[in-house]
Amino acid sequence: MSTAPVKFYQVGSFAVGNRLLPPDQNSIQSDSERTNALTSGHRACQGCGEALGARYALDAAMRASNGKMIAVNATGCLEVFSTPYPESSWRIAWLHSLFGNAPAVATGVAAALKAKGRTDIRVVSQGGDGATVDIGFGVLSGMFERNDDVLYICYDNEAYMNTGVQRSGATPPAARTSTTQAVGPEPGNVFGQGKNLPRIAMAHEIPYVATATVADLRDLEAKVTRAMEFRGARYLHVLVPCPLGWGSASCDTVRIARLATQSGLFPVFEAERGEVVSSTPIRQRVGVEEYLKLQARYGHLFSPKRRDDIIDHLQANADRNIARYNLINADTKNADLPEKGVL
Amino acid sequence: MLRQVEGSKAVADAVACCRPEVICAYPISPQTHIVEGLSRLVKAGDLKNCEFVNVESEFAAMSVAIGASATGARTYTATASQGLLFMVEAVFNASGLGLPIVMTVANRAIGGPINIWNDHSDSMSQRDSGWIQLYAETNQEAADLHVQAFRIAEELSLPVMVCMDGFILTHASEQVDIPEQEQVDAFLPPYSPRQVLNPDEPVSIGAMVGPEAFMEVRYMAHAKTLLALEKIPQVAKDFEKVFHRDSGGLVRPYHCEDAETVVIALGSVLGTIKDVVDELREKGTSIGVLGIITFRPFPFEAVRNALKNAKRVVVVEKAFSIGIGGIVSENVKGSISEQKTPIYTVIAGLGGRPITKTSLHALFHQAFNDSLEPLTFLDLDQDLVEREIIREGSK
Repeated sequence: MSTAPVKFYQVGSFAVGNRLLPPDQNSIQSDSERTNALTSGHRACQGCGEALGARYALDAAMRASNGKMIAVNATGCLEVFSTPYPESSWRIAWLHSLFGNAPAVATGVAAALKAKGRTDIRVVSQGGDGATVDIGFGVLSGMFERNDDVLYICYDNEAYMNTGVQRSGATPPAARTSTTQAVGPEPGNVFGQGKNLPRIAMAHEIPYVATATVADLRDLEAKVTRAMEFRGARYLHVLVPCPLGWGSASCDTVRIARLATQSGLFPVFEAERGEVVSSTPIRQRVGVEEYLKLQARYGHLFSPKRRDDIIDHLQANADRNIARYNLINADTKNADLPEKGVL
Repeated sequence: MLRQVEGSKAVADAVACCRPEVICAYPISPQTHIVEGLSRLVKAGDLKNCEFVNVESEFAAMSVAIGASATGARTYTATASQGLLFMVEAVFNASGLGLPIVMTVANRAIGGPINIWNDHSDSMSQRDSGWIQLYAETNQEAADLHVQAFRIAEELSLPVMVCMDGFILTHASEQVDIPEQEQVDAFLPPYSPRQVLNPDEPVSIGAMVGPEAFMEVRYMAHAKTLLALEKIPQVAKDFEKVFHRDSGGLVRPYHCEDAETVVIALGSVLGTIKDVVDELREKGTSIGVLGIITFRPFPFEAVRNALKNAKRVVVVEKAFSIGIGGIVSENVKGSISEQKTPIYTVIAGLGGRPITKTSLHALFHQAFNDSLEPLTFLDLDQDLVEREIIREGSK
């Protein structure tokens, strides 16, 4: 499947405003009958990428399942900000058990539905990057390996934000967290570590793996919708900037997510049964510095002394993604990055 | 139907008769034969409308059970020893969420040092987990307790752990009256959950509870668990009506009424103890036995009633609290705290050490003349440990 091209009415950007589009191309969010799976009044921070991503993803999943869906949630920000007893922001059947077991709990839900002959009800499991790539990794791999009928969505904000921005296995190199501080000769997180979970998911040869970001919410909706067309284990990895943990302005969440894709640091692609089937080309290429400098977690790369060695290393990582996923095509603007400092 | 079968097979067949809808398990000795039996029944189509999930760890096993039970499925798993410890976080979560999961614990020691043989260290470590704990004396009782466990669990909306001694029961072949499907159907109605994940009536399960309500939530769990002390005897009575045998309940006294010395124990060792007691009673010794079937919640009143004429109590335990001593005996003390009856704690059979009639005879004779220490380790190689203590101390 290739992603539906987005039409850029009015603002010429990736903005969601699609009022002028035909109804069938409208965002699910523009549908007054949408579920509002994660409704207002929750306690997420201003500019929270995870809340934005979860709302779009789950409303899309609810539409794809005709409202017949059960969601399982790992412990983390999403769970804490949505369900401070006796309140709940969820307007769907929703279960939270533990930090490290959401994929297995979802397996249990799917098994129960199968035993009862209710496979019309679909199962979505979700968690942050800590729940997904670290503490719940074993049970996630088990769920993949058995090809259980579950869509797992990881909202990746690249650290343990709920506990105060500690490093996770998804924290990128050089990023400052509270356990990889910007001190010493190699400030921030070290290079050569961390897990690339979309690729690990692909290695399980499950029916569908995709990545998305909150910069392109129509693409996120499309990927969820596509994922729901498959049976078996599916994995969706969504990059969700965190203003608190990344040290960015609340108003820059979507902008930073877009720069992550346009720099090549976060490749957006789809894979089926272990093979990449499509990737989203970069529209207007930027150097990684454009992405880094909006975030205080990379502040030590620019001040008090500029660390070109580290910035170059990050640029090499982005270039590797661009080559690996074919992120540049004939339409890509600025495909050949100008010399450093010219940007 | 009476059959000569292995204990694990008897339990597998009894569980199958309960029509579980989701079974998930990770293999660990000595639980394996139970889940092997069930997996075969599901695969062969003999156990219908049931999903058998081969999970990748015990933590996943209990997590799958949580998801299945919250979706309204009758759910079963089994484990032992390290496996039980590996799933602990989910064990507490299952009871906290009030999910009526039934789990067999094929009792086995906990390492290190690693040891695959029987004692009660595993399930005893979970005595405060909020699960109801039942201990089987025989394979017949192990099979029967599983049938009762689903009713107890579902009527109270609480999980139940059925504990049976690893190898001693799980791997022993003996005659067992396997419950018939019609009997079980008459005894155990289909599961009707109190709260369930249903897209048509969506609920949020597992919210975060803060200081303003957490105490109340935990108190309610305590109050609900205490209801089991009435429910379990009722269920045992109903079971007897359908199956025509006495199985389950809170405690099982054996010649307790007139006994000066009462021996308390849990599980299969009760058989050996009863043989010794029979021999002693033939010689005119005033001794009885109190088997504890329901250990959680602890049946304080039933134990108190059984001990009201006792002059001394000997508690034989297959687990202990390092640095303190007896676990069961501490609970027994709570039952008769107003009496001045001496209570002797005997730690026995750790890691599969046989508890022999000869050792029990010697032990009980010491008890009769009140020369037992308050805390005794049965058949401990005293010379060896004293040598080791001196050697360690000299370092």
